[in-house]
This record gives sequence, C-alpha cells and structure tokens, in this order.
Amino acid sequence: MQTEAQSAERGAKAGDEPGVVRACWSCRGPVPAIELFCKTCEALQAPIARDHFQRLDLKRAYDVDLERLDHSYFRYQRLLHPDRFATKSAKERAISLQHATDVNEAYEVLRDPLRRAEYLLSLAGLVINSGEQTINDLELLTDSMERREALAEANGAAKVDEIIAVAASDIASCRTDIAIAFANQNIDAAASLTTRLKYLQKLAAEARSARARYGAAPLTATPGS
Amino acid sequence: MLLDIHEPGETPTPHETDSTAVGIDLGTTNSLVAVSSGGKPEVLRNIHGEGLVPSIVAYDADQVVVGYAARKSLADAPELVVSSIKRLMGRGLEDVKRLAGALPFEVDESAEGMVRLKLAGRTLTPVEVSAEILRTLKRRAEKSLDREVTRAVVTVPAYFDDAARTATKDSARLAGLDVLRLVNEPTAAALAYGLDKGSEGLYAVFDLGGGTFDVSILKMQKGVFQVLATGGDSALGGDDFDHAIAERFLSERARDTGLDETTPVDAKLALETARSAKEHLTENDNGSWSLGGRGTQSVHTLDTATFDTLITPLVDRTIEICLSVVEDAELNVNDIAGVVLVGGSTRVPQVRRRVAACFGCEPLADIDPDEVVALGAALQAEALTAGSDTLLLDVTPLSLGLETMGGVVEKVIHRNTPIPVAMAQEFTTYQDGQTAMLIHVVQGEREMVDQNRSLARFTLHDIPPLTAGAARIHVNFALDADGILTVSAREQSTSIEQRVEVKPSYGLSDEDMESMLRDSMKHARVDMETRMLTESRVEAQRNVLALRAALDADGDLLRAIERRSVENALAGLEKAMATPDRELIEGWIEKLDDETQFFAERRMDRGIREALAGVSVDDLERGVGTDADSAAE
Repeated sequence: MQTEAQSAERGAKAGDEPGVVRACWSCRGPVPAIELFCKTCEALQAPIARDHFQRLDLKRAYDVDLERLDHSYFRYQRLLHPDRFATKSAKERAISLQHATDVNEAYEVLRDPLRRAEYLLSLAGLVINSGEQTINDLELLTDSMERREALAEANGAAKVDEIIAVAASDIASCRTDIAIAFANQNIDAAASLTTRLKYLQKLAAEARSARARYGAAPLTATPGS
Repeated sequence: MLLDIHEPGETPTPHETDSTAVGIDLGTTNSLVAVSSGGKPEVLRNIHGEGLVPSIVAYDADQVVVGYAARKSLADAPELVVSSIKRLMGRGLEDVKRLAGALPFEVDESAEGMVRLKLAGRTLTPVEVSAEILRTLKRRAEKSLDREVTRAVVTVPAYFDDAARTATKDSARLAGLDVLRLVNEPTAAALAYGLDKGSEGLYAVFDLGGGTFDVSILKMQKGVFQVLATGGDSALGGDDFDHAIAERFLSERARDTGLDETTPVDAKLALETARSAKEHLTENDNGSWSLGGRGTQSVHTLDTATFDTLITPLVDRTIEICLSVVEDAELNVNDIAGVVLVGGSTRVPQVRRRVAACFGCEPLADIDPDEVVALGAALQAEALTAGSDTLLLDVTPLSLGLETMGGVVEKVIHRNTPIPVAMAQEFTTYQDGQTAMLIHVVQGEREMVDQNRSLARFTLHDIPPLTAGAARIHVNFALDADGILTVSAREQSTSIEQRVEVKPSYGLSDEDMESMLRDSMKHARVDMETRMLTESRVEAQRNVLALRAALDADGDLLRAIERRSVENALAGLEKAMATPDRELIEGWIEKLDDETQFFAERRMDRGIREALAGVSVDDLERGVGTDADSAAE
C-alpha cells in the first residue's frame, strides 16, 4: 500500500479546455490541449477534462455499438496503458496511469446500459441518487411490489424461470425506450425509464439468486446491452 | 569543447536501463525464473538442468539455504526449515491460525500486524523469507545470463489482496529487484499459451498451485488479453491435499502408537510424506509410506479411491468458484471455448476430470503446468522493456470498501473492475472543530467490516476546524496496474492537501522496511544510491532527447550564438550522465533547463500565434472525429 498525499489529483485537469495550446511538460514546446502526445518530443501529455464519449471517440448517444466501444477502448489502452511506459520517467508513468484510469472509467460506464443512462442524465444536469430514494412513480411502485411478491411465492424452478424470462424481455424493451427518449431529447421520460430499468435489473438479479437455489439454470442467454 | 553528436535514439543509454528484465514465478511450492528474447521465453536452469527451485528456506546458524538443499534439511533439522511461506504473505496472526491443519510454523504470538515466524533464534517476516527465494532466483539468472539482473516481472495469484501484493513487492525490493509489474498468474499463463493468436474467443484459466487457487475468464482478440472476471481462494491448493493426507496418516498413527499430540516437527514430516504420496498416486493406483519420529515408526497405505474421497470437498470448492466466476462474467459455461490448466496440482487426475466435465471440453495442458506462469512472466518482462503490441487488461479480484456507521461496508470499487481504477468519495466532519478523521479500508465482498480483510486505517490530519458537516474532504482511492492501493485526500473548501497517515493492517511500516533493508544488506545505502542515480540518468536522458527533438523542430528560432550555448549545455549534461555523480547530473539538468528557458518561451509564442491564426491544417483535420457532436456515425 502506498500513500501519495500530493498525488496528481484529477481536479488539476479543470481549465485545460480543448482548443487551447499548452506547454509540453517535457520539451516545453507548444502542444494543442486535445493532443495526447507532444508532436515534437513524443512525451505523453496530462489528461484534460473530457466526457466519457469524447474520451473514447464516440458520439454522445444512448445507443452504443459495443464492438466499436471495445475497439476504441483497446486502441486507447494500447497507447496509454502503464505497460507502455514501464521504462519511462516517473512523471510520464504517473501521467499514463491517470489516462489509463480515465479510459477504464469511461469504458466501464459506457458499456453498462444502466450506468450509461445515468451518466447521460447527469450530463443533462439530472442526478439520480444511487441511494434508496423513495419512488414517486406509483405505477412503478405497484409493479415492482407485485413482481417481488410473485418471486417470493414462486415455488419451483419453472416459476422462477418464468419470472426471469419476463424480466429479461422487459429489460430489453425498457432499454429500447430509453434510447428513443434520449434520441428525442425527452430527458424527463429518460429519467423515469432509467429508474424503471434500475428496478427491473435489481429484480432480475434477485430472481437469478433465487433460481440458484434450484441448481443449474437452463442455458438462456444473459440479456446483452 | 569537443562535442559528441548523436542521432536521436542512438544516444548512449545509461547501462542500468538496458539490463535484462526477467520473469519470476514466486510459487507456494516451487519458484522459477525465466527470460525471453525475441518472443521466445525460456526457463533458466541450474547446471543439473533443474528449472524449479523448491520454495523452501533453511536457516542455519550462519547461513541461509534455499531450494533442493533446504528440502534435504527437512529430514535432519525440520525446525530450521520454512516452506509454503507464500500462504502467509500479507497475513496476520489470526489469519494464520485459521489456515487448515496443524501449522508447521512457530509464530510470534505477541507481534501485531504481519505475522512473524520464530525460527532458529530469529524472528522473521514472510517478506524476508520470500526475499531469500527471490535472491536465489536473481543469482541463478545472473549466473546463466552472465550479467547483472535488477528488474523483474513477478507473478502473483489473481486473487491476492492488496496486502499480499504489497508484501510481494517488498520482498523483491529486499532482494534487490525492481518490480516492473506484478502480473496475475492466470493472465501470465494465457500469455505463454499465446491464446490471442488462435481464434478469438473466451477462455478460462484454471490455476491450482500449491497454496492458491485462481480462475480467470479472458476474452481474446489478436494482441489483446482482456480479463472479464476473476475469482479464487488464496488459501486453497495442493498443500490442502497434502494436509488431508497428512491428517489421515497422523490419526492412523495416533490410533496405532498412542502418540496423539502433533508437534510442528511431526506436522512437517507428515506433510512431506503426504506430498510424496500425492505425487505417487498421480501415476499409480496405490502405495504405502512409513512415518517416523519420536522413536516410533508407523506404516500407512493409500489408494486412489481413498485419495479421491479425501480431496473431493476441496475439488468441489474449485468447481463452485469456476461456476460463480463464469456467472460474474455474465456468461454460461457453454460460451467458454477452451480451458487452460496451470499449476502443479492440476496433475491430480480428479482435478483434470472435474475441470473437463465442468467446461465440457478437454483442457489445454501442453505447456508444463509448473513452468507456464514463469514463461508468461518472461514474455511480459520483454514486452515492458523492449516494447510490444500485446495488451494485458486485468481486473481487481476483490471489492474495495470503507467502514461506515455500525461496521457496515460501503463499496467504493467493485470486484472485476478493470485496473488501473480510481474512485473518489466525499467525507465530512461530524463534530465542530474536528481536525482529524479515521478512514478504515477493507477488501472483500461481505457486508460487515469484520467479515472482510482489513487493509489499512488512514488518519486524515490538518482538516481546517469548521462547524460539523462544513468540511468537505475529497478522498481518492486508486488501484494501480499492479492492483496496489494508493489513497490521497484534499479538503475541498480550502483545497488543503490532507496528510494521510497509513497503518497497514498486515503490511510493514516504512520503518520496518528500512531496518530490514539495513539488516539484510550491508550495501543497502549503496543500493539506494544506485537506484537514485538510475532515476537521475533516466530523467537526464529524457531531457536530452526532448531538447534534441525541439531543436530539430524549432531550431530556426535560435541565432547561431544561442544555438552554440544550448549545444554546450547539452554536451555538459551528456558528459555528466556518463559519470556516477548524481549531484553533477542534477546540476546540469537544472543548468540546461535555465539555458533553454528563452527557447521554450519562443516556441510557445510561435505555437500560440499559429493556433490563433488557425493556420494549422493538422488542427483542422483533427477537429473532425474528436469533437463529439461532429463525429461521424
């Protein structure tokens, strides 16, 4: 375990707007702030404030092509991962660590349908609390209580499998609806659908662990994203 | 002044930086060192052709013996011998007591934090014992490569927690090795198999070593090894098979001879007999062994069916873990294209059968399961020093959490998150004028603090005395590419950087480490100085290359006379670099910096003028594709 009280803080990036020219820390020449590497001396530059989509060269939208996301993620990690800088100076290694951390975070958020939705909402200025907030959507509340009850009363693997299947198809259609809401810039609709998605996923997880009590599950595809 | 002119890239590099980097598998039972050149890894062997170094250390009055020689001492002086030390890395006294079976160690009951062994009149930490094994491997590498070896990639079980990883790095440091990277054993094995070169797909690596069990699910694409999920048990391995057999033998002996008390020496001898029984039963159907000690002799027989029954619960556990890791990766076992066997314990027939049945395919085991991890580590050592297109993307095996009210854990980083990863958390004070705060970091999946591994307690000092709830302390938890934790903190309203004081729960304090370095090497000071000299040279080299590149690009900004003075300073630094005088080098770095300040300013002026004029065609081209809104598709 290490401690670095004065370790490079992420806040230090603020103010480095794209379009600005900054001085390369290594050769002290000019580098456009959006460039990762100094064109003159090839030193890796400190990360600037960018959103997750920008960081992975993706269009800001709910629909994300996962293959493209992977491709972009690998391309950036190939350039930025600390393994590429193992023999470089301590300063450059520290910068690489920050970049690789940022790219990992962007990847983790964008590949997860729920986190991606929450992130897009936060970019739109809306924050969904991660805590156990009260739901004021009465329909969602009733629905979720009914499903819970059904799960608690389900006796036998077949019953639970049925609940899992219904939840999976509801999750899929909820994700489609979220994509439409974001595409139409209907943020309020996107927000309430995202809350719904969260409850559906939680229910599905509970159903899966209930299913585990009955032994091996049948080979249904896990809902992809 | 005579100038040495070099093309960039042809500048003589300081000799330390081009020393060979080796790959080390520091195993519970056996350790190995390997080196790779041109993508071809090779295990380094002694003159008898033996690659394995048994991870056994014998402490004599005046010398320390490692490997086969130490194993021989087991029979004569078992009280002086330590084996399976890896199981104690980063562990405390309580953990050690929980480990199954009679403990073949005497431990210092009074020590806090990391467990300490009492042996041959010495008190030893697992870090020091492991360092002996690493020293032996370092010497072997130096002898067979005929050059100094100071850098290594060291493998660790994927399921190792922060404390065990840190302990491993500390051991290497004590042995005079600079760890370029800790690589997870299953990932190293995947690298050795070159799984990325075959068809793309999902693979499982089943790694059952002497004392640890790991399973990782990897997604392979050309040149990319992406770990999707990993799991395991850092206290489950072939040793437990030995324990199961030894316990049977000891209870048979108690029945036959009336000796019912087991001393640490009895335990060591019984374990050694059990190990040879286990190895025998891999190839044979049955056998018999005799157990001596304290004037008695007893004979024990064992057949494969009985052995299978003894170890079934242990194998069950590995299969359960496999299934839950597959589920963590959001996959079904049918999605897995192949499974690789790693670790000597995968030679046990029952293990092979059960793994094949679990994944529904015949496991790959064409590379010696004892050597595959070291070979992968050597490949990665070469990749890190000589460059490569291969990309290893690993994950953290365990969630990282913080203690909250009532001893409940709040997770900040979830397991199977790709590393490096950082997560920020905001804390506030709960009392007026409070200036310090305690943060307890744990690793594990359970809900309550005491069910998880305690990593460390951090005290934040120097919080500005404000009313309760007014201070906002932003704490950043980061796991680096080795899976090692770093914590930093900042008070938001005043931007005061917080002093963070660490109390690692099972680690070594900096003072411990320093005194060990002092005790273990007479040359500790020299070693430290060498390390700093190397770092200065790397820094100087970077300065030289950067300035040469700048001169190539913007040399026209200098008048002839200015150019000459810059070249002189450059030559001065290069000359200094060739000396072992660190202060001289640093002096010249500073001088070069001063001498080129005006040049840097002119370059910036020109850069900004060009940016404002918007003449750069490159910039125009770049604008497309990086701007989120205009990006195509």
